Amino acid sequence: MILYLGKRVLAVAGVLLVICAVTFTIFYVLPTDPAVHACGKTCSSEQIALVRQEMGLDRPIHEQFAAYVSGIAAGRDGCAFPCFGYSYQNSLPVWDLLTDRMAVSVSLALGAALLWLTVGVLIGVASALRKGSALDRTLMAGTLASASVPVYFTAMILLLVLVQYLEFLPYPDYRPLTEDPVGWATNLLLPWVTLASLYAAMYARQTRSSMIETMGQPYIRTARAKGLHERTVVTKHGMRSALTPIVTIFGMDLGGLLAGAVITEHVFGLPGIGQLTYDAIFKADQPVMLGVTLLAAFFITVANLVVDLVYAGIDPRVRYA
Amino acid sequence: MATTPSTRSGRSPGRIAFDRLKRDPAALFGASIVAVFVAVALGAPLLTALSGWDVQTFDKSAIDRSLGGVPYGDLGGIGAEHWLGVEPGTGRDVFARIVYGARVSLLISVAATAVTVVAGTVIGLVAGYVGGRTDTILCRVMDLVMSFPSLIFMLALLSVAPDANRVLLLIAIMSMFSWPYVGRIVRGQALSLKHQEFVDAARVGGGRAAHILFKEMLPNITGPILVYTTLAIPANIGTEAALSFLGVGVRPPTPSWGQMLDDSLKWYQVVPSYFIVPSVCLFLTVLAFTLLGDALRDALDPRGTNA
Amino acid sequence: MTALLQVTDLRVTFAAGTAVDGVSFTAHQGRTLGIVGESGSGKSVSSLAVMGLHRNAIVEGSIVFDGEELVGASPSRLRALRGSRMSMIFQDPLSSLHPYYTVGEQIAEGYRLHAKASRRAARERAVEMLADVGIPSPRARVADYPHQFSGGMRQRVMIAMALVCEPDLLIADEPTTALDVTIQAQILELIKKIQEERGVAVIMITHDLGVVARVADEVMVMYGGAPVEHAPARQVFKTPGHPYTRGLLDSIPRHDLGGGGPLQAIPGSPPSLLTPPQGCRFHPRCPIYARASAEICATERPAFIAGLACHYPGAAT
Repeated sequence: MILYLGKRVLAVAGVLLVICAVTFTIFYVLPTDPAVHACGKTCSSEQIALVRQEMGLDRPIHEQFAAYVSGIAAGRDGCAFPCFGYSYQNSLPVWDLLTDRMAVSVSLALGAALLWLTVGVLIGVASALRKGSALDRTLMAGTLASASVPVYFTAMILLLVLVQYLEFLPYPDYRPLTEDPVGWATNLLLPWVTLASLYAAMYARQTRSSMIETMGQPYIRTARAKGLHERTVVTKHGMRSALTPIVTIFGMDLGGLLAGAVITEHVFGLPGIGQLTYDAIFKADQPVMLGVTLLAAFFITVANLVVDLVYAGIDPRVRYA
Repeated sequence: MATTPSTRSGRSPGRIAFDRLKRDPAALFGASIVAVFVAVALGAPLLTALSGWDVQTFDKSAIDRSLGGVPYGDLGGIGAEHWLGVEPGTGRDVFARIVYGARVSLLISVAATAVTVVAGTVIGLVAGYVGGRTDTILCRVMDLVMSFPSLIFMLALLSVAPDANRVLLLIAIMSMFSWPYVGRIVRGQALSLKHQEFVDAARVGGGRAAHILFKEMLPNITGPILVYTTLAIPANIGTEAALSFLGVGVRPPTPSWGQMLDDSLKWYQVVPSYFIVPSVCLFLTVLAFTLLGDALRDALDPRGTNA
Repeated sequence: MTALLQVTDLRVTFAAGTAVDGVSFTAHQGRTLGIVGESGSGKSVSSLAVMGLHRNAIVEGSIVFDGEELVGASPSRLRALRGSRMSMIFQDPLSSLHPYYTVGEQIAEGYRLHAKASRRAARERAVEMLADVGIPSPRARVADYPHQFSGGMRQRVMIAMALVCEPDLLIADEPTTALDVTIQAQILELIKKIQEERGVAVIMITHDLGVVARVADEVMVMYGGAPVEHAPARQVFKTPGHPYTRGLLDSIPRHDLGGGGPLQAIPGSPPSLLTPPQGCRFHPRCPIYARASAEICATERPAFIAGLACHYPGAAT
């Protein structure tokens, strides 16, 4: 188990290093001069040369990469250029921009995840247990439609109907959980529902097929042959196996969203990492793009690691492999 | 009894699948919507000639400039003149932009899917058939690419990439992050086919590797590849829209649905039709391809429930 | 001798068709009934019906267990009997055991439910059962997972699980099919030993006449969803009455039974559930029909009389 854990952590570290190298290449080796981007198009050639020097771009590439990686490892205060970087457009270190907005994206992702996981799994299990019934067909048609609705539409229609016409909810305006928990929840409700309606549909379909497959396994028949109540058969013997693949996709999806749900945050005007990304693209703010990319990579790889560990916890065959 | 790859007696697996599809209402519904959109995309110039408005003409008479360019009429200017209304602020014809947007959307998503599938198939076949060190390396690469946060990486790449041919760039970058998913499927299939008698026979008979891979093995894994392809197209349509929405897709004045949605964000309270129209188009195409893909998967399933 | 289980005119119908029709048999305490047939002959369907494990099927006829009618009994009544008074072991022990729970948990589960035992007592019971079925160092292995056992050991675990509540009836559905030949004999010996020690009634379902020869007191041969021959084991092997039984005997090497002739395969394949042949279901593959081409075989279904369903009793020997 320890050996397995060690191997997985090493693999994650390796993946992160490669992703760093690729990101580095994208931003620093491609023909676009980061100094020009950083300084702006109006800069004179002397100014650009100065910025190049300041960013360390005049040094050999391997030195730049080493400085870049060690800079990330050192964190906010321990690094010189070019590490997590400084956003010229925002006049703030990228590190500060990211940490400021982290709470919004995490709130959005976790709330939505809780919602879609509950709803998706419930629908999926209900559908699987009544496979072929009217309920199953209705739920599956609904989830198919729901999974095809573009998020922009869900977001805008919710805003239009619930906020503008019915004035049922305020226009989303992020409030920190620590200061105003009720405001936090009411303001995040629409973004949560928007994200969850998409993901819940996909999870319901996934859960259904996984559950149907599991309930057809011989060990389910064994459980029934023991005289167990059907409820026990479904929950203890069925769902435990059926939800294992759901853990994998859940980890990946949550990891992806923690670094910002770009579209949802943009439509609702939530000041999270996703909105930061949108602004960075718009303003060609490369240091921010770089920071966001690495953050996303970090979340996804760590989510992968967590998924593997959870998997080992669930499935003894992985644990003893 | 093991399924033999090419049974002489009875209908071929492809024929059975096709017959099942023809009787599946969901598949027929999906296929007809797909057909309509393909026809619309192909016939875009014809359709705009019919409607009388092209993509770029600003119809100043359709918008109220004193109100910042809100279209005249209740439904965003929908009427006999502009079938789907006009773009707020500019007065460009929404029907024309939807029709040409369908071109961009279908072209990019289908081409990206094609590149993905071809690359994934070749790499997956090689990995599965050759095995050994080649397989290990290719698998590592696939794992690595799949652990990239693909949307953010696409955004990063597209935002720094030089502005040469945007469509080609989008196709390249979208396929760059999705080929391992095909690669994985094909590799798994290749592994299981590798030691079946007909492949052994071809090998013993002195068949060249390329012949064995593409003439003997490939025809037996077209089913899963086809299903993946049909389901990858709607995913790519969604991705293309998202990238355009986020401002890194095709550049204006080329119209695209994602761009329209991004633009509609400023107007959704005043001109709801402007975001509803492209949303519905996206919804229908994605739904149609998904229905078709699901139906295809069921039809190709040898354990088929409605045999 | 009173019957523990009396099945009369059992009929099981699925959406796709009738899988079993007109099956009757009895099982007695301390004796073994072998049910033999190819896959699709309805032998497993019949036994699952006894256990009340069919979920999407209509079960008709009568199944009387220890004086109690089970056809139409409430689900809760069936649950109370399942695993406590009658239990079942299955073909593939690996997929029949839950991969995520230790064998101890899986054995103890039924005991805790039916005997209302505490967790600790059930665990002790599981260790005891593992020892009974011949698993070395049971106290250590009780905490192991199914994948850590070999095929034969897994089937022993399955048997321990089935016997944990001291059932009166044990149904073994192809218990040795997935195992190596040498292990097969061990498992059969174990089942025989348990039966002798505890006096349970055993129904042994198999396609393998060799298995039946080892353990069964009487044999019922099934074909196409119905019995074709039912007789004491000795008689079936010595003087098979049905041409299908004859065919089965000819298709296995049987030095012990003094055959010695060349091996013969039965031509053709088992009948389809959806479109069973008219007349005697075996007639398309029957050597008597092929030789005599008696019209009655193709038109009329033979009645099951005196343990035999054939228009030409005696012709097979």
